[in-house]
This record gives sequence, structure tokens and C-alpha cells, in this order.
Amino acid sequence: MRVTFDFLAVLSQWPMLLKGVAWTLGLTVVSAVIGVAVGVACAWTRSEGPAWLRAVAGTYVELIRNTPFIVQLFFVFFGLPAAGVRLSPEAASVIAMVVNLGAYATEIIRAGIEATPRGQVEAALSLALTRAQVFVRVVLPPALRKVWPALVSQIIIVMLGSAVCGQISTEELSFAANLIQSRNFRAFEAFMVATAIYLLLAIGLRRLLNWAGPKFLF
Amino acid sequence: MVEFAFWDILRNLLQALRWTVALSLIAFVGGGLVGLALLVARITPSKAARAFVAGYVQLFQGTPLLMQLFLAYFGIALFGINTSPWVAAALALTLYTSAFLAEIWRGCVEAVPRGQWEAAQSLALNFREQLRHVVLPQATRIAIAPTVGFLVQVIKGTALASVIGFVELTKAGTMITNATFRPFLVYGCVALLYFALCFPISLYARRLEARLRPAH
Repeated sequence: MRVTFDFLAVLSQWPMLLKGVAWTLGLTVVSAVIGVAVGVACAWTRSEGPAWLRAVAGTYVELIRNTPFIVQLFFVFFGLPAAGVRLSPEAASVIAMVVNLGAYATEIIRAGIEATPRGQVEAALSLALTRAQVFVRVVLPPALRKVWPALVSQIIIVMLGSAVCGQISTEELSFAANLIQSRNFRAFEAFMVATAIYLLLAIGLRRLLNWAGPKFLF
Repeated sequence: MVEFAFWDILRNLLQALRWTVALSLIAFVGGGLVGLALLVARITPSKAARAFVAGYVQLFQGTPLLMQLFLAYFGIALFGINTSPWVAAALALTLYTSAFLAEIWRGCVEAVPRGQWEAAQSLALNFREQLRHVVLPQATRIAIAPTVGFLVQVIKGTALASVIGFVELTKAGTMITNATFRPFLVYGCVALLYFALCFPISLYARRLEARLRPAH
């Protein structure tokens, strides 16, 4: 059995791949920023908020963490229009990714918050800082520093998960690979190249975030 | 347009849920066996074996599961073998699961204090005996909770098999949506069924974790 590969047929379509990479990274950056913000808000809610809000945040986290991303995406893209919300594929992708990352980020950040010694909060309160000031200035920065590697891993998981967004015709990397293989019938090579690019993106993004986080964020 | 009562939708989804469960079990058992082999290779003194497993784990954790499914699907076909979505999905999910379990279990083995290895060594046990009688029993205890927790990831991972045409819960949801034009209801039910499957496992894993937390 002779198998021949033709990677050139795929690589010659580099503008399409490049556009896919740009979309994948764009989706990831936007949903990482908003998703982590959602995570911080929900983590605060779950540790300090009123009881009913705590229950809402808890339900959100459990619902999302125990259902597949692809179903969440389909629900947003196909389901919400039936409820009167019509979305472009890109908007639906971002919403699904934000909602997904937000739930995981909540739990990660909450673990960091709970690891903050009680005495620090009391010390800050005794300096007449308000509860909000204490959270933003005393509790959050060390909590984020502590859980940053886990948060970075989760952002990368969401980036890899965005491959599914091609299924609702968001033009990210896996969509580009699919388009290329539908034109030249080099399916294996096209997905091989896309997979290799994803691997490089994951490694690069991890390095970048692990370097940038401590330098700029906290 | 086919008239589907709510009950028909639910019945069809529940029937498809069987395949989600079946695929999850195959991936979990297969992945567990391959993962165990990888784990042993990862903790042997052999440098080459360790590097191989590290690369393997990096490969499967650093690429989308969807791409792995596509590669399995088209990769098997490349050798002229007529692929069914069953084979491709089972293969891809088994390899994916094995990489994660190998990595989880490695962490558990490393959580066993170094002194335990040394104590076993000082009793003149060889590597295999140290592993079998001293380290693995302790590591297994630590590993139970995260392993059960990872089952949730596997179940959610099987949803992607719908993309290569494997008719499980998600694919059934898409097919029923196409017939009934009621995506909100159908995907809502699909999500709730996954939740009903995964949430008890998550809770159980959390309880195990609280109970089996190793004493310090």
C-alpha cells in the first residue's frame, strides 16, 4: 500500500491559512479578555456576593462545566434565534467562548481567592479600605498571580476548542483547513497542517502569556 | 416538516445517549490502558521513553480534539481502509484520553514522596517491585478523584464525534433540529442530558477528593 502526501497543495493556500490563524487568535484574544473578566466577577460573587447571586453564579458554572462546548455553541447559534436573538457566526462563537471560559475561570480564580490569608483582608479593612478596594487591591492581584498558570492553560484549551466554531462557518483555522480540503481533496494533509499550526499556536501562546502575565497584569 | 411531540424528541435523544455512553466507556477504558503503558514509560529511568511520552502528551494536549478526530478519520482512509465513524472516533478519543490520563497519573506518582522510592530501594527492591508494592498503591489512592473527574472531559469530548458523522447525542440533536425546526428546545434538552450525565460524576469526584485527600 503506497501512500503519497502532497503538503505543497495545502501550503500553497497559505493566505487562507493565515486568515484562519488571524481569526483563531482574534477570537481567542477577545474571549480571553472578556472571559477572564467574567471569571473575576463570578468569583467575587461566589465568595462575597449575596446568597441568591451566589446560587445564580454557581448554577452557571456547573451548567457550563458539565456540558460540551459544541452544544453550547449550537445552542447560542441555532437556539437563540428562535428566542429572537439573531447572531452572526463570529458573534455566536465569541459569546460561546466567553461563556465557556468564564465558567472555568470562575473556579480557577476562586481557588486563588480562597488561598488568600484571612489576615490580609482584615489588615486591609482595618486600614479603612472599602470591601471593593480590598478585593481589587489586596485580594485579586496575589490570587491571579497564584492561579495564572492554570488560567493560561484554560485559555489555551478554549483556543483549541475554537476549532469547533468552524462548524457554524466562523472562518477560523479549522474552517480554512476544511475549505482547502474541499477544493483539492487533500484532507489528511490539510488537517495535518492545521493541527501543526494549532500546536505551534498553543506553545507560543503559553510562552507569551506566562511571560506577559507577571510582567503587565499583576 | 415532521410533527414531533416533545416526548418523541426526548425519546430519540435518550436513545442516542446510549452511544454517547458507549463511546465514553470505550475511550475511558482504552485510554486508561494506553495511558497506563505511557505512565510506566514516563517514569522509567529511560530518557528516550520519557521524551517520547512527553512529546506524545504535548501533541494531544496542544492540538484540538476536533483535528485529532479528522486526522483519525482521514488517516485511516488514507490506507485504503473503509473507515466508519465508530472506528475513527474510538481511536481518536482513546489516544486523546490516554495522553491526559498519563499526565494526570504522572502527577499522582510524583506526589508520592521521593523518600518512599528510596526506602523501597534500600530494602533491595528493584524498579518494578518499588513501583508495584510501594509507589503505585499510594499513587492510585491519590489518582482516583482526578481520574473520575476526567471522565467528565471524556464524555464532553465524545460530542465532537458528531462532526465526523457519529450519531451520538449531539448529532441526534442536530438531526432532530433539522426535522423539527425547534433548535432552542432540542439543544436545550441535549445540554440538560449531558448535564444529567456529567454533573453526578463531577459531584462524586469532588466528594472523593475531599475524602481521599492524602494526609500531610
